[in-house]
Amino acid sequence: MGKTLAEKIFDSHLRDEPFSGTKILNLDRVLCHEITTPVAIADLIWREKDRVFDREKLKVVIDHVTPSKDTKTATQAKILRDWARRHEIPDFFDVGRNGVCHAIFPEKGYIRPGFTVIMGDSHTCTHGAFGAFAAGVGTTDLEVGILKGVCAFREPATIRINLNGTLAEGVYAKDVILHVIAKLGVNGATDRVIEFRGSIVDAMSMEARMTLCNMAVEAGGTSGVCMPDMTTVEYLWEFIKGDFSSKEAALEDYQQWISDDDAGYADVLDIDVSTLEPQVTFGYKPDCVKTMEELSGTPVDQVYIGTCTNGRIEDLRQAAAVLKGKMIADSVRGIVSPATPKIFQDALKEGIIQIFMDAGFCVTNPTCGACLGMSNGVLAEGEVAAATSNRNFNGRMGKGGMVHLMSPASAAATALTGVITDARTL
Amino acid sequence: MQKKFGGAAIFLDRSDINTDEIIPAKYLTEVTKEALKPYILEDLKLDGFDPKGDDLKNATVVVTRENFGCGSSREHAPWVFEVNDVHTVIAESYARIFRQNMFNCGMLAIELPKQDIDALMALRQAGKVTVAVDLDAQKLTAQAGDQKKEFSFEISQFDKALVEAGGWVEFADARY
Ligand code: SF4
Repeated sequence: MGKTLAEKIFDSHLRDEPFSGTKILNLDRVLCHEITTPVAIADLIWREKDRVFDREKLKVVIDHVTPSKDTKTATQAKILRDWARRHEIPDFFDVGRNGVCHAIFPEKGYIRPGFTVIMGDSHTCTHGAFGAFAAGVGTTDLEVGILKGVCAFREPATIRINLNGTLAEGVYAKDVILHVIAKLGVNGATDRVIEFRGSIVDAMSMEARMTLCNMAVEAGGTSGVCMPDMTTVEYLWEFIKGDFSSKEAALEDYQQWISDDDAGYADVLDIDVSTLEPQVTFGYKPDCVKTMEELSGTPVDQVYIGTCTNGRIEDLRQAAAVLKGKMIADSVRGIVSPATPKIFQDALKEGIIQIFMDAGFCVTNPTCGACLGMSNGVLAEGEVAAATSNRNFNGRMGKGGMVHLMSPASAAATALTGVITDARTL
Repeated sequence: MQKKFGGAAIFLDRSDINTDEIIPAKYLTEVTKEALKPYILEDLKLDGFDPKGDDLKNATVVVTRENFGCGSSREHAPWVFEVNDVHTVIAESYARIFRQNMFNCGMLAIELPKQDIDALMALRQAGKVTVAVDLDAQKLTAQAGDQKKEFSFEISQFDKALVEAGGWVEFADARY
């Protein structure tokens, strides 16, 4: 029997199998941010093991609360900053150069097909869009990753989701993934890798693939993955052109990771997305999903566009296309947070920032900010937000607040009217 | 060093309890485990459950339903249990990262089938429930009043090795 992409990566990175079923993998990337890493650093110091396995393979960013908002977050940033300097970690991103981890690391070309990647962050699954095995872990796994460059996994089985048909105009990757999560349920893919396949994925940009893979964990998935193809090569080309004689040669090399035709899957789902409409969550679990039309008219207090799910340039373009020349409703606070400085600059050059500002949006620096209710737009008790993020848990954006997850176009339309609005009806 | 397991149980009779409910994000700015202690399960809304009540204060075992610990990867969730001496969680199933985090900290995340969790929950009728854990025999004994029930559970060799070593750092450091 053939192998899946995940199985191929497990085979090629296997360091040890101390017990049957437990695989210790060598890591290509250990990613760090200031929320989960400081405790690992403190523990390493306490154990008198303040070392790193390979400073080139560590990539470090301050992103969740930045610039720091108070003494506590400043202390977290300082612990990370001091540590990065102490170990001379070359790729460390601080205020002014920092952005949301799952947007900035791919943008810098750090993620490649066939890589193993961990981070103390559940949305690490985003990086699977490059044909990598990328998994969120806790701080202890992160600590061992930093120190030893290994991580233990039970080899996950793969669920293959074939996305076929044609996406209607105004329907995006976010709508597709919300629909998939609604089908699978919040634990439908626990201990599984979700493989996104089919003509829809083939036609998607890397940005859209990252949106898909980003939310794999909302169905419980260890990682979401897409097969590397010419789109992957094109995205990475500026970083890999020294390694390959041509794009074709890079593609040929990357194809070694593609799942074999006769690979074994835990489950195969065929989803035709041709009739899919813009989706939105209700309630407090990401698998509670309806169409925008079904919830239309629901008032919101704040619209938040950004995050590792939908804060990339394509997302801002989609929102700006809806907002152009219009003003948001008086009852709404609009906040947009381009996910990285590069995205911010591109948006500036393209006139997108101007469109947001003319529409009455507050444009913030790149940060996670309100996504996890820590800064930059925390909700008050009883308030409702429309957001392009990935989690609608009770209190996620602020105690007692609620969040409706949707695409950037839907969020923009909702900002214009102040109530949940399908952008296609404007 | 191996931790202590078992003791007085508290029952969280709901599925999909997420890590935001176990420890809200606003406390993630703490950089020591101890500082998390007062905030255990602060945002969990459940009939009859009081996050500041004596039942939780006295408990060292949590019994719950499916997909426990879903959501964020924050290890603050197992830590807030650890610093409150809750070293044993018994559930129908777990989110992957939470489960791994428990064992990585040298704690127990035991899985039991639904009918066993039902039986454990039912035992509450007889009074306060205490649970004893026999790791080698892979058996749980739950007692309430004059009633006693036994359950057997599975634990992988790796998870057991982590518990015996006191966690993943100790295990990995000795080996890699
Ligand atoms: S943007 Fe939100 S979901 Fe993404 S890494 Fe930041 S806090 Fe997590």
